[in-house]
Amino acid sequence: MSNAAVVVREVTKTYRDGGVRANDGIDLDVGSGEVFGLLGPNGAGKSTLVRQLVGLSRPDRGRIDVLGHDVVGTPAVAGHLVAYLGQDEPALLDLPVRSAVATTARLRGESRRAAAAQAADLVDELGLTVVADRPLAKLSGGQRRLACVASALAAHRPVLLLDEPTAGLDPVARREVWAAIARRRDSLGVTVVLVTHNVTEAESVLDRVAILDRGRVIACDTPGRLKAAVSDDVRLDLVWRLDPPYGDPTVSDLAARAVVTGRRWTVRLAADEARAALGRLTTGAAFASLDDFTLATPSLEDVYLALGGRDDDLERV
Amino acid sequence: MTRSPVIAPPAPVVIDGRTSWWSTADAVYRLALARGRIARGPLLFVATLQSLGILVLLRGVVRHPDRATSAAIVAGGSVLVVAFVALNLLAQRFGAMRAGRSLDYFAALPAPVSAVVMGTAASYATFTVPGAVVTAVAGAAMFGLPFGQLWLVLPAVVASGVALSGVGAALGLLMPRAELATVAGQLGMTAVLFLGLIPPGHLPVVVRGLRQAVPSTYAVDVLAAGLRGSATPGGVLWRVAASLAYGAVTLAVAARAFRRAVAR
Repeated sequence: MSNAAVVVREVTKTYRDGGVRANDGIDLDVGSGEVFGLLGPNGAGKSTLVRQLVGLSRPDRGRIDVLGHDVVGTPAVAGHLVAYLGQDEPALLDLPVRSAVATTARLRGESRRAAAAQAADLVDELGLTVVADRPLAKLSGGQRRLACVASALAAHRPVLLLDEPTAGLDPVARREVWAAIARRRDSLGVTVVLVTHNVTEAESVLDRVAILDRGRVIACDTPGRLKAAVSDDVRLDLVWRLDPPYGDPTVSDLAARAVVTGRRWTVRLAADEARAALGRLTTGAAFASLDDFTLATPSLEDVYLALGGRDDDLERV
Repeated sequence: MTRSPVIAPPAPVVIDGRTSWWSTADAVYRLALARGRIARGPLLFVATLQSLGILVLLRGVVRHPDRATSAAIVAGGSVLVVAFVALNLLAQRFGAMRAGRSLDYFAALPAPVSAVVMGTAASYATFTVPGAVVTAVAGAAMFGLPFGQLWLVLPAVVASGVALSGVGAALGLLMPRAELATVAGQLGMTAVLFLGLIPPGHLPVVVRGLRQAVPSTYAVDVLAAGLRGSATPGGVLWRVAASLAYGAVTLAVAARAFRRAVAR
């Protein structure tokens, strides 16, 4: 990382409707060629920040530079530098996939011929050939999202700003999207800033991640360093087939410390303690009541909760 | 830990020119036209039928109308088709785009906003041509008017299309809620209906002044003069120019409202 592609300083934004402070003094640097994530639960201020990065919303206070250009003072400059994918693209719904991609390319300054060629390539790259001539409105949710990603990738922009690009996609389509993004990063040095509340995705594809909560950045580093810095604890997940045998001392001990979701218990323990507890459970009478169990190292969700995040509606897929 | 000390301040990258105005308007025009093929065909049929129905009604009610009255009615009916689509439906469309955040898509692109508004408005105006022509021809036949200068329906549609779509776009983008945009579009169309269809001589004196403030009046007068067989090049030109000027102002207002709606 030699240069910052995106610099955010002290950005604060309060919505007039209801006086909600969506961003509260946010500082960030995103390096050139980095895949950088904004992770947090719904309402954490991720989309608000992204809208400000692309000049769609103006912060009350603070500075945002994209590739050295002041986006707050001159919002129109963002469209030249940034390809933006919103949470949905209702403007394109009535267009066939190929036309939607070509239209975006044309509106980014490509000639009609170049736009058509790019649309054909993108449709092929993202596996949309079968539905290329169908309007987005007639596609399934996942196909429509994939078409919107294709549209966002039309015409080269040095920064990709993607708000939940893989929301609603099946695993195969997710891989297509990540491969397409990786190709642009590797061959063109594109910088990627993306919003997600999917912990698994954040851990596997991001170079660095900023965790947001209530409009503030509560942590920012590589996923590995964040997890190592927070805790040595591991997470023990137990799923009960029958009612848990509370008479078992190990079960009653875990029950007091577990977060219970239906028949699933989630307990955070020191690694030695978790191993010992799992050993007793799997060799004792309680095993007959167990349906499934997992022992895992800390996730970004654990980091989020350990740092004082309030909600726990992060997605694990 | 939110800043990385290894990152150096960047030198600004060079920015290429923005997407050209005409290229943007053309792309948006095609986008809106594609949508219109799906959504507006039946509505245009309704708009044409509505105008033809009004003409039939007035033909039955007005006994032995003179040529001026007949021409005013047919011209008003033809321009009403334009008002239904380019004012009423366009106001609803922009109101829905604003409410549904469709404007963000365009605002995040390096495309001139005025061209986005113009491209959308032009596609709606284009859709009105067949209905307005059918109404003018059928109306002329119904009221026994000469066909010699009926070609003036084309400049009349262009003039009213520009002026009314500017108003429609501005109303749709200025209204804070989609429902209010719909109401504003309906009220605008109602104004065109009454002030365009009723011959000026039959209007109360107070309302006649108001008629001149309605953007479609100039197009109605162009077509009415043609249907009377008394149109002059000078008269046509200044009325078309007045409509275009009206359209330019309202489209500029709409473009400003677009930027404000996105930044709200």
